[in-house]
Amino acid sequence: MPTLTVDGVEVTVDPGTTVLQACEEAGAEIPRFCYHERLSIAGNCRMCLVEMEKAPKLIASCAMPAGDGMVIHTNSQKVKEGREGAMEFLLINHPLDCPICDQGGECDLQDQSMAYGSGNSRYDELKRSVAEKNMGPLIKTTMTRCIHCTRCVRFATEVAGVEELGAINRGENMEIATYLEQALDSELSGNIIDLCPVGALTSKPYAFTARPWELSKTESVDVLDAVGANIRIDSRGKEVMRFLPRLNEDVNEEWLSDRSRFSYDGLKAQRLDTPYVRKDGQLQPASWGEAFDTIAAKLDGLEGGKIGALAGDLACAESMTALKDLMDLLESPNIDCRQDGAALTTESRSGYLFNTSIAGIDEADALLIVGSNPRHEAALINARIRKRWKRGNFPIALIGEQVDLTYGYDYLGAGPATLKEVAEGKHSFAETLKKAERPMIIVGQGALSRNDGAAVLALAKKIADEYGLVSDDWNGFNVLHTAAARVAGLDLGLVPGEGSRSATEMLDGSLEVLFLLGADEIDTSKLTNSFVIYQGSHGDAGASAADVILPGAAYTEKDATWVNTEGRVQLGRRAVFPPGDAREDWTILRALSEKLEKTLPYNTIRELREKMVEVAPHFADIDQVTAADWTPFGTEGTIEDAPFANPITDYYLTNPISRSSRIMAECSATFSKVKGEGTGTNG
Amino acid sequence: MSQVIETGKAFEFTAENVEKAQKFIARYPEGRQQSAVMPLLDLAQRQNENWLSKETLEYVGNFLNVPYMRVLEVATFYTMYNLKPVGKYFLQLCRTTPCWLRGSDDLEAVCKNKLGITNGETTEDGMFSLLEVECLGACVNAPVVQINDDFYEDLNAENFEAVLDKLASGEVPPKGPQIDRINSAPEGGPATLLEKTGDA
Repeated sequence: MPTLTVDGVEVTVDPGTTVLQACEEAGAEIPRFCYHERLSIAGNCRMCLVEMEKAPKLIASCAMPAGDGMVIHTNSQKVKEGREGAMEFLLINHPLDCPICDQGGECDLQDQSMAYGSGNSRYDELKRSVAEKNMGPLIKTTMTRCIHCTRCVRFATEVAGVEELGAINRGENMEIATYLEQALDSELSGNIIDLCPVGALTSKPYAFTARPWELSKTESVDVLDAVGANIRIDSRGKEVMRFLPRLNEDVNEEWLSDRSRFSYDGLKAQRLDTPYVRKDGQLQPASWGEAFDTIAAKLDGLEGGKIGALAGDLACAESMTALKDLMDLLESPNIDCRQDGAALTTESRSGYLFNTSIAGIDEADALLIVGSNPRHEAALINARIRKRWKRGNFPIALIGEQVDLTYGYDYLGAGPATLKEVAEGKHSFAETLKKAERPMIIVGQGALSRNDGAAVLALAKKIADEYGLVSDDWNGFNVLHTAAARVAGLDLGLVPGEGSRSATEMLDGSLEVLFLLGADEIDTSKLTNSFVIYQGSHGDAGASAADVILPGAAYTEKDATWVNTEGRVQLGRRAVFPPGDAREDWTILRALSEKLEKTLPYNTIRELREKMVEVAPHFADIDQVTAADWTPFGTEGTIEDAPFANPITDYYLTNPISRSSRIMAECSATFSKVKGEGTGTNG
Repeated sequence: MSQVIETGKAFEFTAENVEKAQKFIARYPEGRQQSAVMPLLDLAQRQNENWLSKETLEYVGNFLNVPYMRVLEVATFYTMYNLKPVGKYFLQLCRTTPCWLRGSDDLEAVCKNKLGITNGETTEDGMFSLLEVECLGACVNAPVVQINDDFYEDLNAENFEAVLDKLASGEVPPKGPQIDRINSAPEGGPATLLEKTGDA
């Protein structure tokens, strides 16, 4: 453990720590551009120069390992001059266009030149200029501003796992570019905007729309996948301007996937901002009273068994609690939160959670992925797996669709038959799992949303039991969800009881009344005879099949609770108000219940949350993962031959918000390999 | 604008070059095969008329299982890889101080007047390309022009023209000093240590 002195303060740091990190530990601030704690060390900006006694020159603290007995000065005259010099060099070719630069106000170069620069330059030649580069629909480039820190190149190569960015040419002519100017094809590409310390890479959709100081910042969570990435919603007035990731080491580190980051324009399009009632075959705007009256008239005297409810992928825990309670009051057992028909049950919480936890991936030493493409289903979890894989000694095997996951894996097979082989120990990977100390299995929705889903789940459990995936201090059994609502739905018991109808059975048109709480990714073709009530934020598949539409709030417009795939309970907060007559979802259900004379027993969100805690006590532990006990689940059965198909065919268009987003549509057109057959207006 | 030129013609190493490439790769430890990217690019350039097209870059990338971008980074960093077609004879004219003092400007004028090309250009018949380069490290024989792999030294307008004429007529003139001189020994023969001394 080296002990060194920084500005007279003695610190002891772990071996392998850099001088820069030691300085920070001692409380000294070191300016930097190229250094980033999650990327490899480049040492090319020279901004982190500090003085080390007995060294003839200033040292680049980011690249110097801390040694025992070092004496470091970070604020001597020599250091000050060194920083001024480095700054002067960096600014030689950097345009002084801060007033028209989108990074202005949140620019490292701007801030650090104010703090550490000398205030003038001795350079009066011409500055170089660099042609703009195409990096796709998300990233706007102004490459003249680039200071060649190479953070973006290192991020793409190391974290995102797509080696498409690089530095071409040399010396003064060096430029950052993608290969042949292709769009950067990664689901994590937006992070290079955050990483860029200057205004060279900025957000294309956000370009010139706002300045950072005019935005209100609301800390919330993302719900467009089941990772539950922590985000900051930047809004101005009633408009969400952008999403940025928030640091959470246990969930998203400091990254955010592109769909979650750029779907925000979908919050302004296709919105349901007033109730609708179907009259003469047409959906027509109506008042809340009219909509409720229509529903009340329909439900009047109807037997509970003829009513059903489906909760969709973006439903919050509050609205699902209210929906479940309302259905109970209507004496209907037909309720389901698994619109994709996944064979998950509530008998054991560990049977539907990502038990290892996202941070736990770092400790695993073998991985079997079953019926999942984590790159599309949970891009940030995929980045974690890649991070672990890069450290080595991490055999990964995949059963399912063979896709590029950004890391190497053994491809075992396409369908459940292979899984069975592994479970029966006939496959060589079974040995690997047995030998590993902390093996893990990830079961995706592609393996569970099938007729034999329950049997596949049972097989996965068998593997977990037999190969020691679960022990006292380790649970390697993981279900990877794609929907932010799913775990909360299962926690709150939104599954059909004994003898009642599941999601697929409810959609066959035999119910009198079907309540869709934001359920859109469903087949509505057989619902012509059912009276469909749709509550949600966007006019998508569910709304077009509806007879009554109740306009709800999107996730940025309500205080709500979400549970991610690990079972982590997180609070989303309201950044803006819902548009028009739309209301927070649980209040709609509360108002409806009153109209139906089955009043729900809560008047405030606090009372509702108390009810949630009653049903599932872990809802009281915000931001925590409550480990689930390993109790029996799964029903053994016969498996089918059909290969596992991944649930996501187009990463950019998985939910109504993203489908309403122009930015996502553009991304889908640029990147998605799956080309539809065309709509009739193409070509 | 991309720096890479696509020809539409597939590129593949000849059997002989595949063998050579395997030898280059074998020089590096297991798992570090990508280190062979530079010799392989050189090999590809030699096979592909002294320049690297998109197809050759990608072929090398695939050969070594290295992302194309990494190959392009190397190919654009080093000046000895040509990313656009060059003439059959690639003239690299040294213009650093010693060569310049000894008359490299005259050689440039020869290229301009005789071949009609200036820095970076290729003659219409595709025979000659001219590139001005920095020190070739043969200052003692200045001025120097490197033609493909060989140095032609101690040039002046007349003997440079003679070299170009021979090349144009299909002959390859002897490389090295173009005046009466052996390597970098004094002009016209030795000037010192003329007598043999001692028994050795």
